Amino acid sequence: MIELIDLHKSFGRNQVLRGANLKVEKGESMVVIGGSGSGKSVLIKHIIGTLKPDSGSVLIDGVDIAKMSENELYETRKRFGMLFQMAALFDSMKVWENVAFALMRHGKLKEKDAKEIASEKLRMVGLMGVEDLMPSELSGGMKKRVGLARAIAHSPEILLYDEPTTGLDPIMADAINDLIIDMKQKLSVTSVAITHDMHSAYKIADRIAMLYEGRIVAAGTPDEIKNTDNAIVRQFITGSAVGPIKIEGVTA
Amino acid sequence: MANILLKPVELLGRSVTLFWRTFVLFTAELGSIMLLLCSTIKQLILPPFELKNTFKQVVEIGIKSLPVVLITAVFTGMVLALQSYTGFKRFNAEVMVGTVVALSITRELGPVLTGLIVAGRAGAAMAAELGTMRVTEQIDALETLATNPVKYLIVPRFIAGTIILPSLTVIADIIGIIGGFFVTVNLLGANSSVYWRRTWDYLETSDIYNGLIKACFFGASIAIISCYKGFYTSGGAEGVGKATTGAVVLSSMTILISDYFLSAWLFK
Repeated sequence: MIELIDLHKSFGRNQVLRGANLKVEKGESMVVIGGSGSGKSVLIKHIIGTLKPDSGSVLIDGVDIAKMSENELYETRKRFGMLFQMAALFDSMKVWENVAFALMRHGKLKEKDAKEIASEKLRMVGLMGVEDLMPSELSGGMKKRVGLARAIAHSPEILLYDEPTTGLDPIMADAINDLIIDMKQKLSVTSVAITHDMHSAYKIADRIAMLYEGRIVAAGTPDEIKNTDNAIVRQFITGSAVGPIKIEGVTA
Repeated sequence: MANILLKPVELLGRSVTLFWRTFVLFTAELGSIMLLLCSTIKQLILPPFELKNTFKQVVEIGIKSLPVVLITAVFTGMVLALQSYTGFKRFNAEVMVGTVVALSITRELGPVLTGLIVAGRAGAAMAAELGTMRVTEQIDALETLATNPVKYLIVPRFIAGTIILPSLTVIADIIGIIGGFFVTVNLLGANSSVYWRRTWDYLETSDIYNGLIKACFFGASIAIISCYKGFYTSGGAEGVGKATTGAVVLSSMTILISDYFLSAWLFK
């Protein structure tokens, strides 16, 4: 279970998180929506501990990740898998080495065994025969799949998705959505995704939360979010430039 | 009238502020580099050891810098011999050319020029590679895969830089002296046994190993500065460019400035 309590984070004078609260139950698929620059990425980076909060706590099964020592933090991270927006594949390594990275590093597996597991994970995300390619030889959608294979390679309990469908064509985006649902069913993981793609959010979420001005302003099931009275959420999900959310430089 | 009188005061105020800001930024950066150095040394001591990566970096920094180092060293030795021969001839001291070449190369030019070349080649490459990894979130990805990026990326480069620079310097020393010998004896027609005698008579082992101590320091500085610049890159492709330039400039300045102080301390 993941619990964020009264999270505050500033970068210089820019207050990004101003008391964010969020609870994700075990096995649940949570999607955090919010506009560009609303602090979604900052939020997800707090969950995996690559950013530390100015105040507040991030509890993973009741333990505050922000107060952990470096070693405990790295141990805890072995329970996580994360898919990055641009996949963030290591471009100096082959595809299979990317997927098998954690296995070879922490599992001390032999190269042959690690490569076999990597191929299996790649098959799970629908890729075959790409093991020996370099990341630069792959398309955007394939990179995301490899990134997903890398995230699930060490069988994590928690999966984090940073804008999983951004930058993909609609069909590829939907394929990634299906994969995310697939991962949840096959691996029974807890997952947190951040996105501004509402189509994707409705499809993959058990619950949706909206981040606005550094706080979670609404949370509920996809149906609850669709039928909400909250003007901020309404404006966001209908994608209107007119409403309580003001865009800098645009007067509506 | 008052404006004209106040203008110089305003200018003075502005320059003092600018100077102060630059000073504060410089101090802050120096502090951050020192912090990175501390965590690098900590990660260097703690197992597991990154042998494979370190070996890769040794090849990357060392073997690939070798051709440039060789060319620089041989021509430096040659021009040094040429200039000192023609200069010393004015007061009939041509016999000292061997000594001048040997002392200049081992004490000064070997380590410094090798350092500057490695800063330009390997330092730039380190900053660009780590900078690209930072802006494409590959460093974050390492963290999420429970891998300490300082251990995985910086420690191997730091070790490689520290051991490779003295090794390259030894080669540069030898090649430089041979270059000097070639010009003095083969082109300018001096006596070869005199040249060698003058080289060995005045060259002390401390000249060589103090030069190598300097090289170690330069290698460590280049690695930590370039890694620092790359590791903390922000701002996309432009940021990577800035990090790379910054790495080369700061490494080169560090080499040239610390060279004076190291020389004053080592060659008393």
